[in-house]
Amino acid sequence: MTTPTEHTADGPVRFLVEEEHEHSGGSTMLGFWIYLMSDCLIFAVLFACYGVLGRSYAAGPSPMDLFDLPLVAVNTSMLLLSSITCGFAMLEMERGRRGATLAWLVVTALFGMAFVGLELSEFAHLISEGAGPQRSAFLSAFFTLVGTHGLHVTVGIVWMVTMMVQVARHGLIPDNKRRLMCLSLFWHFLDVIWIGVFTFVYLMGVLG
Amino acid sequence: MSAEAHAHHDSGGHGTLKGYLTGFVLAVVLTAVPFWLVMGDVFADPQVTALAIMALAVVQIVVHMVYFLHMNTKSEGGWNMLALIFTVVLVVITLSGSMWVMYHLNANMMPPSMHDMRDMP
Amino acid sequence: MFENLDLQKLVFGRLTLDALPLHEPILVITFIVVALGGIAVFGAITYFRLWSYLWHEWFTSIDHKKIGVMYVVLALIMLLRGFSDAIMMRAQQAIAFGANEGYLPPHHYDQIFTAHGVIMIFFMAMPFVTGLMNFVVPLQIGARDVAFPFLNNFSFWMTVSGAVVVMISLFVGEFARTGWLAYPPLSGIAYSPDPGVDYYIWGLQIAGIGTLLSGVNLVATIIKMRAPGMKMMQMPVFTWTALCTNILIVAAFPVLTAVLALLSLDRYVGTNFFTNDFGGNPMMYVNLIWIWGHPEVYILILPAFGIFSEVVATFCGKRLFGYTSMVYATVVITILSYLVWLHHFFTMGSGASVNSFFGITTMIISIPTGAKMFNWLFTMYRGRIRFEVPMLWTMGFMVTFVIGGMTGVLLAVPPADFVLHNSLFLIAHFHNVIIGGVVFGLFAGLTYWFPKAFGFKLDPFWGKMSFWFWLTGFYFAFMPLYVLGLMGVTRRLNHFDDPSLQIWFVLAAFGAVLIALGILSFIVQLVVSFMRREQLRDWTGDPWDARTLEWSTSSPPPAYNFAFTPLVHDGDAWWDMKKRGYVRPVDGFKSIHMPKNTGTGIIIAGLGVAFAFAMIWYIWWLAAISFAGMLAVAIGHTFNYKRDYHIPAETVTKAEDERSRLLAQAGAAS
Repeated sequence: MTTPTEHTADGPVRFLVEEEHEHSGGSTMLGFWIYLMSDCLIFAVLFACYGVLGRSYAAGPSPMDLFDLPLVAVNTSMLLLSSITCGFAMLEMERGRRGATLAWLVVTALFGMAFVGLELSEFAHLISEGAGPQRSAFLSAFFTLVGTHGLHVTVGIVWMVTMMVQVARHGLIPDNKRRLMCLSLFWHFLDVIWIGVFTFVYLMGVLG
Repeated sequence: MSAEAHAHHDSGGHGTLKGYLTGFVLAVVLTAVPFWLVMGDVFADPQVTALAIMALAVVQIVVHMVYFLHMNTKSEGGWNMLALIFTVVLVVITLSGSMWVMYHLNANMMPPSMHDMRDMP
Repeated sequence: MFENLDLQKLVFGRLTLDALPLHEPILVITFIVVALGGIAVFGAITYFRLWSYLWHEWFTSIDHKKIGVMYVVLALIMLLRGFSDAIMMRAQQAIAFGANEGYLPPHHYDQIFTAHGVIMIFFMAMPFVTGLMNFVVPLQIGARDVAFPFLNNFSFWMTVSGAVVVMISLFVGEFARTGWLAYPPLSGIAYSPDPGVDYYIWGLQIAGIGTLLSGVNLVATIIKMRAPGMKMMQMPVFTWTALCTNILIVAAFPVLTAVLALLSLDRYVGTNFFTNDFGGNPMMYVNLIWIWGHPEVYILILPAFGIFSEVVATFCGKRLFGYTSMVYATVVITILSYLVWLHHFFTMGSGASVNSFFGITTMIISIPTGAKMFNWLFTMYRGRIRFEVPMLWTMGFMVTFVIGGMTGVLLAVPPADFVLHNSLFLIAHFHNVIIGGVVFGLFAGLTYWFPKAFGFKLDPFWGKMSFWFWLTGFYFAFMPLYVLGLMGVTRRLNHFDDPSLQIWFVLAAFGAVLIALGILSFIVQLVVSFMRREQLRDWTGDPWDARTLEWSTSSPPPAYNFAFTPLVHDGDAWWDMKKRGYVRPVDGFKSIHMPKNTGTGIIIAGLGVAFAFAMIWYIWWLAAISFAGMLAVAIGHTFNYKRDYHIPAETVTKAEDERSRLLAQAGAAS
């Protein structure tokens, strides 16, 4: 250890910051990212369950019997399109253009609602065919994994509508921009999870 | 945009139109191909198809991370990347660990089929 | 008649008057005592007109110091509840041999051991640890609060809500009879159709949200809000352990949330995750819950390790030996804690290859902890040890925890575990490490930081009494359990046939009595310290001549913690400042930007209790309304953009002048 000196070449050692610059909201993006990582782990558990229980058909219907790949392809494109429109919304936000931002958010929400709507109709159809979540462990895992993702998308849409109201009211102030960036992270992250879902659940399910 | 707003903005990079469009096109291709491989029965061996679509999924996830989530080693002083890597490691442990453990538990502990029962002493 | 029945079910769900345990004398008496006590407390608060004070200064506070104190208060209250469960069990097991059935039939006994575990882990240890981290970490890193102060308040009230839900089960309905981890199929709807497991699930889900958010909060705080100059490798060790603990929380609690959600789907919707039929697999629950469960115990112990590091350095007057290796050991433990979980169910049948892997990883994880132990010992070597109460707890920990750790390594050997799994040996082991490690650490930390929080030290005589009662009590209570376990006695039994075992159980009961005296001494200590607070007053803010930044503030610190943000040059920043002739500024104070208080957290959490109660009793209309209410309040809160204010420079100056006055007084007195 160096011998402590009271003075350096630049003058006395300072132990306090004189000029403070306020950094409110500076931790939000990191905090939200960490939360998103924790959400990843919830999905990991659901994927693990699907991985372990996904072949327990209990003499009931299997993925080959049930999955409608063209429908899933349409759904996937809804979500992917919503991702790009969300990106456009963020670009407009960076340009400070409130109206354009809101417009792209509306389009994004519409694609999101199309996704959820299609998924709900898929679920209703499966249930009407006797392939509801109670039928077997495979179906329990399927409905829970896909349903939890759909629930997250729904929450995202509610959040988006709230943001639209707040941006319409207050404009693209720093608080709103920060919130929109968090929403955008959330929205893209849901698309990442969906990649896992359509690959491991639908495509691999049909492969057998 | 003012320099001051930028100075505080090291976290979560911005996209560019080019970036988003590139990501989008890549994602479309990386989605269409696996669907085609499965729906079109392109490979004879389903194992090969499975491996292919899994690999494509991983690539697409990376595409999303880079082009949509603006993942890089710089944002938040590298903490974003570190958090992501840590999470990925844990996800892999949770998934592979659970499947390995449950496979063995099932093999040893789940009730045998009628056929096996008949062979028992 | 038929319509009446339907209406009753619609309004009250499955709640009926039968849910009130009027036929259980113990519960009736408990209720009367609690009700009288509650009336007394509420009456006193009303009489002294303290509601406004409590609401504005404490309940709506977003100040990490106040939230930290409230967490610890919750933990201490729940310690009394959890301990009363313990003493009831010890009493039962001491007398229930042969013809004597004792006073607790299995139906009741099973709820007690379940509640004991759930309360001690989730509502005593976790809040205690969280409270200390909340109070200390921002001060140690030179920050004014945590990264998300409102979220902090919300997290606290969600934890309280979880505790309230569990406490309600005492008087309305019953609690789970499944053990603290509620394994299916026993915890499934077929074998536990009553509300007990639902109380368990909802209490933990609500508290779990609070814990997860507080984890996110503290990680962001430590990464982003350190004082300028404080590099990662210059953070105090307690802050390092807090960082790793909160990383574990963020990484582990989602697993608990997901697994409990799956269990509740099985119970409410009829899914088949963990059922015996339709393809379900109960072993998957065990697997998943322990993927959470093992990191959980490290969440409990790492902060205790951090506390010991601070205490040893302070009371030996020396820099902590091996700071770098301490940090590495903590990080290694954090990562390895994800690779050992199967050792909790070696006997479930995964076979030799799987068991060996996890047995080996379990043994490996003991190594970094051993490294820490040596570092503490080397810090003490040639130090000038002051045997203050925190140091006594630390030394008690060192001996006790090592024994517990060694029995852990013993259990890590799968063949040995096949004999000892779910025996009293296991119970002895984990109480050994939890009491010897976590509880002793929490008491050390409480005693150490109490003056900082309240401005006066705790009375040392009663502190020593409490320590010695706890230490001897622990050994009397749990060493016999090791013997019993080796003799083959199984856990969770309320009655035994072999009278030769009784002497061991009587010894254990005696130990429980000693611990009770330890807790009593602690309560006496609080009272006596308050009464003698002027003699015990901490005038300088640095009563222990300590080394880290929290000791540079007054005791208690002002709301804003630091009038000027510190600039850090070295580890042990406060020691560095003292050594290099730091002079505290007495003027030139500026106004300080601080967040406002809010009632949103307590309101949402209150609605959460209503929601949980409704879900437990199948009162669907109430569930819908309270859930909608929670959403509405949460969304409504986001429309409030005016969440902060400035403390005027004059107020800061006044507070700092007061401090200057006290310091001068202390200087004149010494």
